[in-house]
Amino acid sequence: MSYLTPKSLQEALAALGTAGVSVVAGGTDWFPARGDRITDQPVLDISALPGFRGISQGQGLIRIGAATTWSDLIAADLPPAFDGLKAAARDVGSVQIQNAATIAGNLCNASPAADGVPPLLTLDAQAELVSAKGRRILPLDQFILGPRRTALQPGELLAAVLVPMPQPWERGAFLKAGARRYLVISIASAAAVLGVDKGGVIWARVSVGSCSAVAQRLFALEQSLIGCPTDDLPVVTADHLAALAPISDVRASAEYRLDMAGVLVSRVLAMAAQGGRQHG
Amino acid sequence: MADGAPVDLVQFTLNGHSVSISPAVGERLSASLRDRLGALDVKVGCNAGDCGSCTVMVAGSPRCACLTPTHQVAGLAVETGAGMVSHDPLTHRLAQSFQDHHAAQCGICTPGMLVAATALLRHVAAPTEVQVQDALGGVLCRCTGYRRIIDAVVAMGQGWQAPPDDGPVGTSTRRVDGWAKVSGQEHFGDDVAPDGALVVRVIRSPHPHASFTIGDRAAWLAANTGLVAVLTEADVPGLNRFGVIPGFIDQPVFAESVALFRGDPVAAVVGQAAAMARFDPAGFPVTWHPLPAVQSVADAMASGAPLLHSGRAGNVMGGGIVACGDAGAALARADVVATGRFTTGFVEHAYIEPEAGFARVVGDTVEIHACTQAPVMDRDSMAAILALPPEKVRIVPTAVGGGFGSKLDLSVQPFLALAAIRTGQAVRMAYGRGESMQATTKRHPSEISVSIGATRDGKLCGMVLDGIFNTGAYASWGPTVATRVPIHGSGPYRIADYRATSRAIHTHSPPAGAFRGFGVPQTAIAQESLFDELAAQLGLDPLEFRIANALDNGEPTVCGQVFDVGVGIRACLVALRPAWAEALVDVAAFNAGTTGVRRGVGVASGWYGCGNTSLANPSTIKCGLRADGTLVLHQGAVDIGQGSNTVITQIFAEALGVPMAQVTRVGGDTSQTPDAGKTSASRQTLVSGNAALAAGKALRADLLRLCNAAEDAVLQLGTGEIIATDDAGPHRLDLSRLPTDAEGYVLSASGSYDPPTRPLDANGQGAPYAQFGYAAQMAVVEVDLATGQTRALRFVAAHDVGRAINPALVEGQVQGGIAMGLGMALMEEYLPGRTENLHDYLIPTIGDVPPIDTIIIEEPDAHGPHGAKGLGEHALIPTAPAILNAVRHATGFAARSVPLDPSLVLQATRKAVDG
Repeated sequence: MSYLTPKSLQEALAALGTAGVSVVAGGTDWFPARGDRITDQPVLDISALPGFRGISQGQGLIRIGAATTWSDLIAADLPPAFDGLKAAARDVGSVQIQNAATIAGNLCNASPAADGVPPLLTLDAQAELVSAKGRRILPLDQFILGPRRTALQPGELLAAVLVPMPQPWERGAFLKAGARRYLVISIASAAAVLGVDKGGVIWARVSVGSCSAVAQRLFALEQSLIGCPTDDLPVVTADHLAALAPISDVRASAEYRLDMAGVLVSRVLAMAAQGGRQHG
Repeated sequence: MADGAPVDLVQFTLNGHSVSISPAVGERLSASLRDRLGALDVKVGCNAGDCGSCTVMVAGSPRCACLTPTHQVAGLAVETGAGMVSHDPLTHRLAQSFQDHHAAQCGICTPGMLVAATALLRHVAAPTEVQVQDALGGVLCRCTGYRRIIDAVVAMGQGWQAPPDDGPVGTSTRRVDGWAKVSGQEHFGDDVAPDGALVVRVIRSPHPHASFTIGDRAAWLAANTGLVAVLTEADVPGLNRFGVIPGFIDQPVFAESVALFRGDPVAAVVGQAAAMARFDPAGFPVTWHPLPAVQSVADAMASGAPLLHSGRAGNVMGGGIVACGDAGAALARADVVATGRFTTGFVEHAYIEPEAGFARVVGDTVEIHACTQAPVMDRDSMAAILALPPEKVRIVPTAVGGGFGSKLDLSVQPFLALAAIRTGQAVRMAYGRGESMQATTKRHPSEISVSIGATRDGKLCGMVLDGIFNTGAYASWGPTVATRVPIHGSGPYRIADYRATSRAIHTHSPPAGAFRGFGVPQTAIAQESLFDELAAQLGLDPLEFRIANALDNGEPTVCGQVFDVGVGIRACLVALRPAWAEALVDVAAFNAGTTGVRRGVGVASGWYGCGNTSLANPSTIKCGLRADGTLVLHQGAVDIGQGSNTVITQIFAEALGVPMAQVTRVGGDTSQTPDAGKTSASRQTLVSGNAALAAGKALRADLLRLCNAAEDAVLQLGTGEIIATDDAGPHRLDLSRLPTDAEGYVLSASGSYDPPTRPLDANGQGAPYAQFGYAAQMAVVEVDLATGQTRALRFVAAHDVGRAINPALVEGQVQGGIAMGLGMALMEEYLPGRTENLHDYLIPTIGDVPPIDTIIIEEPDAHGPHGAKGLGEHALIPTAPAILNAVRHATGFAARSVPLDPSLVLQATRKAVDG
């Protein structure tokens, strides 16, 4: 029984072999999931693991360390393509949660309602996984496999989220719908990154959260956006949303979720087209 | 390790002092701070990051201590709310601002609010309202409605006018108990147990209806190190039943072979704290046999439905009726009739403090220290359960972190007392959030069918109402709801021909009990919504339609009760006229220039009879003077945040003629303080206020007599003496020369008051209450036509309180009530088994409650102290219908259920656009 705070990646990977060990960073999903009682299971705390916290740039990538908190991200100087991710960061729980919770934890927790996933999908983010065997990189949609299910293998840690360096003219936006202003799990969320040149969309990435087991890119819509003037974007249709399969639960019905997906997508596209710096 | 012995030493600084502890692996920082380091200002409201009451500063950033592994703060600086009030001048000034702005009511969320606000103020000296909302969005408050909290933080950059600590009735003084709350020193239910107390956990039914058998308790106990005792119904020495209404004492402490709702207790486990922190209730030896359950009134009323209680055929617990004139004939002759069937769901009280307390046996007396709204009722119920005379049970109320009605019923008390008796040791327990939500009472779900008529001249003409209420598995306050609904169903209007009936139906659901308004908020939604539909049919302005039909002095209520003075509803409605006219113009202008969103304005009224319905409910307030000149007020009207400590003190001090600061309060400890009744039914200002007035006057009369001073003499309370100065000069009374009684007083007095009522006859005719309070509220909303979502933009609330004893407290009740009504209208519905936490059950956050203008109307009441009326429940009643009426004004959508479903709004607005 122990609380492990490794001082190096090597130590951390070795500690992963401890029977029954939980990897904890911010703890904001881990504690609620395990109930009120103490279980005495070993904990591997990666929040202070050297090299795991912080945002760096190089080799055409922006690298977000696994222990980087949402507050770190909000404070970071990042290109406008990240505006959607930053907006999502401000909507993660509350300031208290944003100060502790990490981007990587949001991915590993693999909630269908994770606020970070739609904007990261629109940034073409990748997961950098490390193990004793080495390092591998997976596109985000191959890392999150289903509700509470990821491609993380035994002995493997999510070390960082990698984002190809966006161009300065790429603009991001994010919105989520919930039943109250703060501290709310989304009914639906949407993110977009648009590449805009001479008043026209030169490419687009759009995604929706909380409306399927894993947040989905809307490829058909992305295609139809190419070449459109930013002041005359296409109407979002049911066909564009075909990848979504929302469920009904205490927060909303499946039908309403789909309605919201369409509304939010239209709105994030308009925001991204107009500059992406507004917040809903 | 089985004994859970910690192995790691964790060092950090706590409020500037270096500390070193050995937490368990995976121990929450909140638990370490409270249990190992005595930082009891760190409150635990949910253990899931949903409420923010445990917010602490970690290395300068606010975090939820309940989500922070203690090991993670090694080497870092941790600061708590109370710690920063004492060591950081900024937080100290912030606490003063909270105190001066009445930003704390019950005070349970205040330490977390202070931490979150300090984090903002350290970077932004003069924050805007939006910055405050963004910074404090993670801390929930259920009492204040947040507006005073915003004011208090914004004022840090602008300065403010400090209110007085003392003043006659009518003065907005500070709260007499406020500093303890805003400095984080207040002790709530989970803050009072002695070190080393054993811990109790309850085993509850996971099924809505199930029989069960408990296995070998002795063997199970022996196999589990650290556990001390198991309690079941066999261990209850007296009556294994409790309740709040005579004739309806039906709720078992422990179920006796069949559990009737998800959360029904079947056993309790007592053990050492370390073992109980690891205790998994799933391991308890109980076998469940699920049975068919009826969870809706339709199912429960169907033929062949399982009967919850023998003797209550059809699962009907009871009902009520009020009838006057000929409602059917009146509706038949009405020119227009509006009809509707309205439904509401369970609503959870969601106070931030889960039920908690401790108990011990002292000599031959059982002492129970717990949060409660009704200490004397608790004592009497516990005496019956324990088979002890009432004087052998001592209830010591702790500060209450919000009540709203649910802490009128017993919760932790029986388990604590039985465990203390069994083990002979001090025992403690605190409900978890899920347990609190599962096990305690809720607002009654309702199905209310109403028809209301009116004639072309705009006068009401007949009303019929039938309400069916889901009262859950046990009676609790269901009979009160059934009685109050027909009495209040007309709203504060003159309706000569009226017939209202109610029924309360048992289901396999949590007991529905008392919740701010006892069924009246549900009824007001139906009646006030249909009033707008009548006004629309008649082409009348909704506000003017209400004014034209408002009840007046000298006119009978639907119960035939006539008040010669104090009927203030017309004044409330008239007071809204300027804001109403302005809002209609603003909304029309906004809508003309905007697409995609629509604004609307709505109005609704409410009334509420203060005190028990046609039943005695006396209060007694006692005071005493010690030889050294200490003046003691035995004030048993439990302050659950609403401010009775201040109001009662203010009334008493003025009656006696001394400053409030010279009054030393003794709380509702049943061994020291006479019965001031329960804190419910908006009765404390009326009933206990009158008792305090009488006590103050009696003591003053005694003093003047002993001083031989004139009636208008000015009293001065000095050390060991009283000086009464009249026209003849000062008269001194040396208190040390007077004999001392058994309680140490040289003089004492008491005052009692019981509001005059008359019983209701078979048609509900009589005088159910000594007074009603009145309210009218106006809401402005904005509806997003693409999402169907509604946002409140502004409220104006006019409340007739007879006489505002302390206007700041009046505003606090109004703002908090509106926030709760907004939650009921827009987001709150408790679904057993599905929303048993504060992230699936949503209550308003600081970003959801818009500015509220409070207009205080003072139509003096014949009975209240200084003409004052009760207020607690009134503030919530008009809010939801005002919001629904505003949505209807904005979109044309006439809601028939709450919480308002945005998908229904969307369907309606699309249909309107398509059509």
